[in-house]
Amino acid sequence: MTERTISMVEALREGLREEMGRDERVVLLGDDIGSAGGIFTATMGLREEFGGGRVWDMPLAENGVVGVGIGAAIGGLRPVAEVQFADFLLSAMSQIVNEAAKLRYRSLGQWSCPIVIRAPYGAGLAGGPDHSQSVETLFAHIPGLKVVAPSTPADTKGLIKASIRDEDPVIFLEQKSLYHQRYGVVSDDEDYVIPLGRAIVRREGKDVSVITYGAMVFESLFAAEMLQREQIDLEIIDIRTLQPLDIDTIGESVSKTNKAIVFHEDTRFSGIGAEIAATIGEELFEFLDGPVIRLGAPFAPIPAKPSLEKEIIPNAAALANAVRRLSRY
Amino acid sequence: MQDVAAEAHIHRLQESFNALNYSAEETLDVYGLMLLARLTDEYLADLRTKGLMTGGVSCKGHEAIQVVCARELVVGTDYTLPYYRDLALVIAMGMPLYDIFLNHLGSEADPNSGGRMRPAHWSSRKLGIVSSSGVAATHILHAAGIAFAAQIRQSSAITAAFFGEGATSEGDFHEALNFAGIHRVGALFICENNGVALSTPQSRQMKVKHVVDRASAYGVHGMLVDGSNVFAAAAAIRDAATRARSGGGPVLLEAIIPSQMRMREQPDIYDPVYGLRAFLLQSGKLTEAADTEMRETFTQKIEDAYKLALSADKAGIFAVQDYVYADNPAVNVQEHLQTETSFNIEETLQHD
Ligand SMILES: Cc1ncc(C[n+]2csc(CCOP(=O)(O)OP(=O)(O)O)c2C)c(N)n1
Ligand SMILES: [Mg+2]
Repeated sequence: MTERTISMVEALREGLREEMGRDERVVLLGDDIGSAGGIFTATMGLREEFGGGRVWDMPLAENGVVGVGIGAAIGGLRPVAEVQFADFLLSAMSQIVNEAAKLRYRSLGQWSCPIVIRAPYGAGLAGGPDHSQSVETLFAHIPGLKVVAPSTPADTKGLIKASIRDEDPVIFLEQKSLYHQRYGVVSDDEDYVIPLGRAIVRREGKDVSVITYGAMVFESLFAAEMLQREQIDLEIIDIRTLQPLDIDTIGESVSKTNKAIVFHEDTRFSGIGAEIAATIGEELFEFLDGPVIRLGAPFAPIPAKPSLEKEIIPNAAALANAVRRLSRY
Repeated sequence: MQDVAAEAHIHRLQESFNALNYSAEETLDVYGLMLLARLTDEYLADLRTKGLMTGGVSCKGHEAIQVVCARELVVGTDYTLPYYRDLALVIAMGMPLYDIFLNHLGSEADPNSGGRMRPAHWSSRKLGIVSSSGVAATHILHAAGIAFAAQIRQSSAITAAFFGEGATSEGDFHEALNFAGIHRVGALFICENNGVALSTPQSRQMKVKHVVDRASAYGVHGMLVDGSNVFAAAAAIRDAATRARSGGGPVLLEAIIPSQMRMREQPDIYDPVYGLRAFLLQSGKLTEAADTEMRETFTQKIEDAYKLALSADKAGIFAVQDYVYADNPAVNVQEHLQTETSFNIEETLQHD
């Protein structure tokens, strides 16, 4: 086993490739994923390697991609569906929410739907209102679904493998501005699998807990560096999966630091941070020195122009300010 | 006039019968299944009228196409995706009457869904009946996916999805047929066109005269059959299934189902059960006495199944979170949902 530095999209591709090699039931389907290798190159080379029977180029219809994928799962395969942008998952909402999520429940486990639905989400590439949304909380709200949103190449690989091996439908969301970042090292062990539902302490610290995921993990790391000079020691929890949510790891951290900030690029209103903050308030009230602060985007769509986009997405400076405010308690 | 039309219908049945080559036994089996479905349907309707049951959807007029489709599908190999109207289909596939009543009573002991779905949303892994939701047309896409998976796995299974003409306006129908056509999957798309979707007539649903007119747009083989002529339907579905099974690609088969009004006013022409009975009597394949005996036997079986289902007190089998995810199955369905009846479709149809 060796560890290398590779990009997030390379790690993703490696995870897909290994699982396809390991289990011949694993098939990929989506628009332009074959010879084109996907618009973000996640599936590049896989059609050549595994053939057209394992990598299906689909007609341009997201609801169809998901619906056919659900059928393939019912029919005994392990489909991984790619939707080009998470915004277009909304066209497949009934298939995802009424079908994939409910199949096991409504049939008393007679039928199930082991599908992974991958899609790039989030801001940072000037995609505008319909190519930049954070949709993760819409799905985290649905019983029967699991929702994954990795931030590092290693987690991307370990979590995509776990998602493919999972018996239930998984919405696997890739923050599109992170595809080419190369944070940390990635194992080439074929059984490098990260169980769904486990958060990770990205940085240990004693003063304030920042609970985050996706691109905001890196803003948190920048903020931690800035704040170190001010003798404030941040602990950063990367939740990695929104559903199931690892409340235990969050609890351990907050009961140690006594201060919590939830931080994401999704809207502050009704983002997953609201759920986390409420849970902390309910279950860890005695440990808290101050209010649980929620940091997220203002309640508005994401504009395309890079300077405007920068303005709406929270960043390290905003987090540092919130930390300073909380530190006074 | 009426008699002439009725005679003409019997003549059509005779011609279709001649072309089909059904044995006497097969013919009576089909009639038996259609009759059993009709009597069960009427029994359920009666329970609803008496306020003893709510929910469920009548299959009246749809029996012929449903029964002949069930006979083409291989239990244990093929996949069947019914919709709520397919009572005769699931009966003909072998779903015990007991389960059908448990389902309509919303019992937790119902192996279809334990009271989690409203009645008539069928599911039986054993029978290859894929769990159906209450969302029109979503399952048509699943059928396309299942059939493509079968093709990839080089399995001989075919997949049949059933839906009304209203459901064909959904995007899922278009996406499913488009995909199925591209890959020539082994799927049967069976449209039971009864001319109305809740209150919406076909003329407000589509511009084309027949749903099947769209088949060529998808490169899918289209077939149109008279749902009141069971022998014509049987021949059509046999051809369709043979085509799908032998790599000939998908079929969109539309069965014209008579309106409830026509069935009431001219049952001898439009009601598939009534018309078949008249044909069998006239051609000497069935006697009045045998018919009466069959009805009595079925009625007794239906009543017994209902009573048994009523007495099945199984509250509290499932916790609310059971089967939301694989890691909380909590109980083993097989253990808790044993079918407690000796009902057996072959046995029920024994008529000597
Ligand atoms: C997506 C969706 N929209 C609306 C409904 C409500 N609904 C239930 S049955 C029905 C009519 C369906 O008509 P058709 O497809 O012709 O089938 P039929 O009942 O006539 O056999 C409608 C609109 C639904 N179940 N699903
Ligand atoms: Mg209709």
